[in-house]
Amino acid sequence: MEVINTDVAIVGAGGAGLRAAIALAEADPKLRIALISKVYPMRSHTCAAEGGAAGVIKPDDSMDLHFSDTVGGGDWLCDQDVVEYFIHEAPKELLQLEHWGCPWSREPDGSIAVRPFGGMKIKRTWFAADKSGFHILHTLFQTSLKYPSIQRFDEYYTTDLLVDDGRCQGLTAIEIRSGQMKHFQAKAVIIAAGGASRMFPFTTNGAIKTGDGMALAYRAGAPLKDMEFVQYHPTGLPNTGILLTEGCRGEGGILINKNGRRYLQDYGMGPETPVGQPVLKTMELGPRDRLSQAFWHEQKKGNTVSTQWGECVLLDMRHLGEKKINERLPFVRDLASSYLGVDPVKEPVPIRPVVHYMMGGIHTDINAATPLPGLFAAGECACVSINGANRLGSNSLTELLVFGRKAALSAIAYIQSGLSAGSSAALATQAKASESRISALCEKKGGTESIAGLRKQMMDTMEENVGIYRLGDELAAACKKISELRRRYAGIEIHDKSRVYNTDLLQALELGSMLDCAEAVTVGALARTESRGAHQRLDFTERDDQGFLKHSLTYYHPKEPPRLDYLDVVITKSQPGVRDYSGGKK
Amino acid sequence: MSERQIQLEVLRYDPETDSEPRFQSYAVPCKNEWVVLDALNYVKENLDTTLSYRWSCHMAVCGSCGMMINGEPKLSCKAFIREYSDKIRVEPLANFPIERDLVTVVEDFIAKLTRVKPYLIPKEDKPISAGEFKQTPAELMKYKQYTLCINCMLCYAACPEYALVPDFIGPAAIALAHRYNQDSRDGGRDQRQEVIATDEGVWECSFVGACSEVCPKHVDPAGALQQVKVASTIDWYKEHLMPWVKK
Repeated sequence: MEVINTDVAIVGAGGAGLRAAIALAEADPKLRIALISKVYPMRSHTCAAEGGAAGVIKPDDSMDLHFSDTVGGGDWLCDQDVVEYFIHEAPKELLQLEHWGCPWSREPDGSIAVRPFGGMKIKRTWFAADKSGFHILHTLFQTSLKYPSIQRFDEYYTTDLLVDDGRCQGLTAIEIRSGQMKHFQAKAVIIAAGGASRMFPFTTNGAIKTGDGMALAYRAGAPLKDMEFVQYHPTGLPNTGILLTEGCRGEGGILINKNGRRYLQDYGMGPETPVGQPVLKTMELGPRDRLSQAFWHEQKKGNTVSTQWGECVLLDMRHLGEKKINERLPFVRDLASSYLGVDPVKEPVPIRPVVHYMMGGIHTDINAATPLPGLFAAGECACVSINGANRLGSNSLTELLVFGRKAALSAIAYIQSGLSAGSSAALATQAKASESRISALCEKKGGTESIAGLRKQMMDTMEENVGIYRLGDELAAACKKISELRRRYAGIEIHDKSRVYNTDLLQALELGSMLDCAEAVTVGALARTESRGAHQRLDFTERDDQGFLKHSLTYYHPKEPPRLDYLDVVITKSQPGVRDYSGGKK
Repeated sequence: MSERQIQLEVLRYDPETDSEPRFQSYAVPCKNEWVVLDALNYVKENLDTTLSYRWSCHMAVCGSCGMMINGEPKLSCKAFIREYSDKIRVEPLANFPIERDLVTVVEDFIAKLTRVKPYLIPKEDKPISAGEFKQTPAELMKYKQYTLCINCMLCYAACPEYALVPDFIGPAAIALAHRYNQDSRDGGRDQRQEVIATDEGVWECSFVGACSEVCPKHVDPAGALQQVKVASTIDWYKEHLMPWVKK
């Protein structure tokens, strides 16, 4: 097996992975950097983020406001020391991107423009029309081409982390083109491999978002944190799950039910605000969890619009006018027109909540370090606890940058702390075992399970039992089912026997990742007998700060369900309070 | 939801077992709103797990799923079944070597992107603490459309020059160089000219315009190429006829 020696291996080349790679290259041009991704960097799902990135820049804004919006938005499950660090780094990172050429939208005087976003008290979302993630990703990718020390391994699928002497010291990855396994020996590893929302059938997430990075860390012994918190974005196209950005509402779009009523006023987010004059942090600019929950209630009341793709409410943007829609929301217009046949300039768009983001992920601390020495993580795959129980829109793009960079700096500090060289023999043995495992999977005959079949059962289980509102019985059934699917996974067979670009094999490995992550979600959700942020229990309807002002930690077991543990939330200055989205009125 | 049975003819090629590409036909029950990618996913899930192709976002922004559909370069996630007859032929992007089935080898494109220095080379150094470079909406508009390229490579598949002269840097990479050249914050044009104002660069283009026609994001690489040609011509005149004038 070919051995590739490097200083830092990064798994994932989206926003966080690229930012980490650039930070490493800038800090020390002599560092050897291996940037490993199962796709070419510009295919990474950062490209699909639309609305923008939050960072305090305008004189009417303040760090304190960004802090309180984020912590309250997260229903006090955020670690406040980390939020503090995050909001202070945010403007610097967004300016850095500007200096690298990101085409941010501008005010007439040439300064950065900001737009309103849900749950934010002040306009602070930097945007590049409605393709902010796309431009961030391409700016980072293009900038990364300046640095010869960033050695890319495009289309390599990482299968295992290698751990010896209690430290992560590399990984094995399949070169997809040849099917050959490679052994990367690294002094530190950064995982930046994105979320896992493809475990649900109806999601904004691209096909690649299968939780591979989370599963890698989890299997190597690092716990997953707060996995039960899954964000539904309130405005997805009903037939495809394609996202229509929160920017639609930031620009003034309204949500109405089948009676034409702006129903959000009936769920603690009123009083009604004038059409076309959005008021921050209320009505349509409430947080995502509340808006998605309001949809659920409207559906129960029979107030939703029936479409051939299920029940919907309507996102009405007609009053914004063609000019503004073309300037601020051109992609939204294109997506709704092309994929649903509804032009937002002329008609209200049917939408419904759609799985969008995992608040949970690999447990990391303020330094983006996991509990496993040598292993760092950043971006959606990580849970550094700035998002708590509900992420505010436009915090995650900034998170990629702030913690992508931080992971790089922490990895450098770790390497410089003077490590003894690991045992190459032990690592080579592990790499060999990893190769053998994949070979055995490929060569196995007489399988009893189909990959697509197991995947569908997993998705259906998650959708039916682990949705916007949850019940103990249903969650228990989901735990049992996912556990059963994990067992049955041993019965799959790879029918594609070619070594070249074998997507049958990749889908099998991705399914394995998703099943492990899904079990962490279900087990965490069942045990959390309270309602907080995006985790709402119909049988435990109140937030329970006595029992659950805590992060859940799930520890992997190869055959059994994970071991569950809890960790106190870090509170520095904001005690848990009431989340008020009533626009300040009683 | 109406359904329609289509015949999907898909190019198959496995370098380990096939001496040359072949076609395989699949009967796919398609919903009216489906795109060609949905039909491929139906095949992968229900009929043949060995079919290989790239895709991810299913919303025409990640640029993974470019293919030849009935001979035309298209994003398969934005090629609607309703716009085709009952027989649809799907092949890998033209002008690129086939790696496997619908997957092409794209290193050449990536190398060309890298060559044109597609990153800001700032006119002036400025620390982050000094804030943003001011850029008016009008200055942004000058280059904005060229930032919209998703690197899907449909323009390379459509380009007759790239088919004949593989060294041609090609539409997307030149448009990207032009994007930075036109950015009010940038001062790197001279460095990029060394790469693009050459025979392999803009002078290879015969202005057929196919690149702009197939672009799913309405970037106009042909327009960018022509602008670079004009600017390069002016450079040449200045250099040879008026050497005392600074470029």
